[in-house]
Amino acid sequence: MKCQQCDKQAVFHITELETGEVRELHLCEDHARTYLNQSEPDQGSDEDSPGGPLTGPLTVGQTADELAVLDKKACEMCGITFFEFRNLGRLGCPHDYAQFEKELEPLIANVHGATRHTGRRPNRNETDLPESTEEITSVIGLRRAMQDAIMSEDYEIAKQIRDTIRGIEVRWLGPAQP
Amino acid sequence: MEFDALTKATGEWLKGTGPESDIVMSSRVRLARNLAHYPFVGRASEPERVEIERLIRDRIATAPVGQSLDYIDVGQLEALDRQLLVERQLISREHAEAQGARGVAIDRLEQVSLMVNEEDHLRIQCMHSGLDLHAAWDQIRLVDDQIGRVVPYAFHDRWGYLTACPTNVGTGIRVSVMLHLPALVITRQIDKVFRSLQKISLTVRGLYGEGSQAMGDFYQISNQTTLGKTEEELVEQVGDVVPVLIDYERRAREFLVRETHQNVHDQVSRAFGILRTAQTITAEETMQLLSRVRMGVLLGLLGDVDIGQLNSLLVRTQPAHLQKIRGTELDTKDRNIERARYLRQHFERQ
Repeated sequence: MKCQQCDKQAVFHITELETGEVRELHLCEDHARTYLNQSEPDQGSDEDSPGGPLTGPLTVGQTADELAVLDKKACEMCGITFFEFRNLGRLGCPHDYAQFEKELEPLIANVHGATRHTGRRPNRNETDLPESTEEITSVIGLRRAMQDAIMSEDYEIAKQIRDTIRGIEVRWLGPAQP
Repeated sequence: MEFDALTKATGEWLKGTGPESDIVMSSRVRLARNLAHYPFVGRASEPERVEIERLIRDRIATAPVGQSLDYIDVGQLEALDRQLLVERQLISREHAEAQGARGVAIDRLEQVSLMVNEEDHLRIQCMHSGLDLHAAWDQIRLVDDQIGRVVPYAFHDRWGYLTACPTNVGTGIRVSVMLHLPALVITRQIDKVFRSLQKISLTVRGLYGEGSQAMGDFYQISNQTTLGKTEEELVEQVGDVVPVLIDYERRAREFLVRETHQNVHDQVSRAFGILRTAQTITAEETMQLLSRVRMGVLLGLLGDVDIGQLNSLLVRTQPAHLQKIRGTELDTKDRNIERARYLRQHFERQ
């Protein structure tokens, strides 16, 4: 069997039971060492290292080829790739939680032992706005599209996008916004 | 805000009042929030960061809480003033050392602080003296409600409040208490206590937050996870363990007095002696000695020394405070001389 992270022979076969579900890892000696070092419980808090526990060369359950494809996946709004997130340990924009939901789920489960928020929610009783903010987050992508249109001198398209952005911002922030 | 006034004043959390204040220095709750329509700070361009800062600053001013806050443009501050805010626990070290548009809004009691463009667009913090997590939570909830009405916080039905780092997602809450545990350190039980805290998903840090070493036997205990529990449950998770730690520390203090009375009395008296007479002293040694004196006063081994004053000295003998008090920049050697002078003068006045 090949290592899930490279083309070497897998010599370590690890079964993770921590988050209530069974996950199997098949790793070469080098990647097993990296993985086991990352998993040491006494490595300090998540915020001791710049990237925290979410960074590093491993994403559980992927082969090297799958990981290479995943790393190129980019957010439609802010443009951050999964590779950049893995290196920085910080996401690019709120939409990343939807864009990379499948990939983030096991990482978040590992950190929090849970995958659903049960706490406070925004109080928008006095408005007709939804709790979730996907609509206004789309403005991040629209701004990039507007810039692209300006760069390509498609001014009519840029103007249309600008009007769309304004419409959404007025709905969410009130007419005072530019 | 007048920085000279800030230097002279003492934050509410240093007063040495509130429940269990012989062991619990302060109780703090912070919430991480982001605007839904901008990239997170690390991904935002500088013009975007300027827009984020301006929008939050303007909107805070329209909320009722904004009337009692002073806004400081951290990006425009001198390094020494930024460091002063760190020592005061009003901004993080990361916020002080970052680049670009950023700010902080603080109230006059120094209980409330709102950092703009830290790792998240907004980090709200409420801090109270002693063990009073519920007061901190009640206060921050109101501030959060008010700000949440004037800016659209990024929120997802499943993931909750969305943060730059997935370790904060969900509630975005960090509940922490700062404890003074000298007897557990002296009796070498502290490591055992911390290992058991880690097993129940609590984090231990030093006085100045993430990555900082514990100085002078002061430790911050906080929750590690932010998703899957309500804010109240997370407040309880930290709140429930504190009485146990208080009990351990009290028992260790009683043991020290009972079994090694002369030795402890000697240690705290010597610590007090050095603080009153030293001609040059580092910040670390000062912290260590103040810690011992603080314990000595609480055990009734030293005379009438005010705990609030001792707490205040912990902050006022930090580098930026000393330089602001002296009114000039000082290198390490001169700071150590100035620190010793400041301490001697302080205790002479007592």
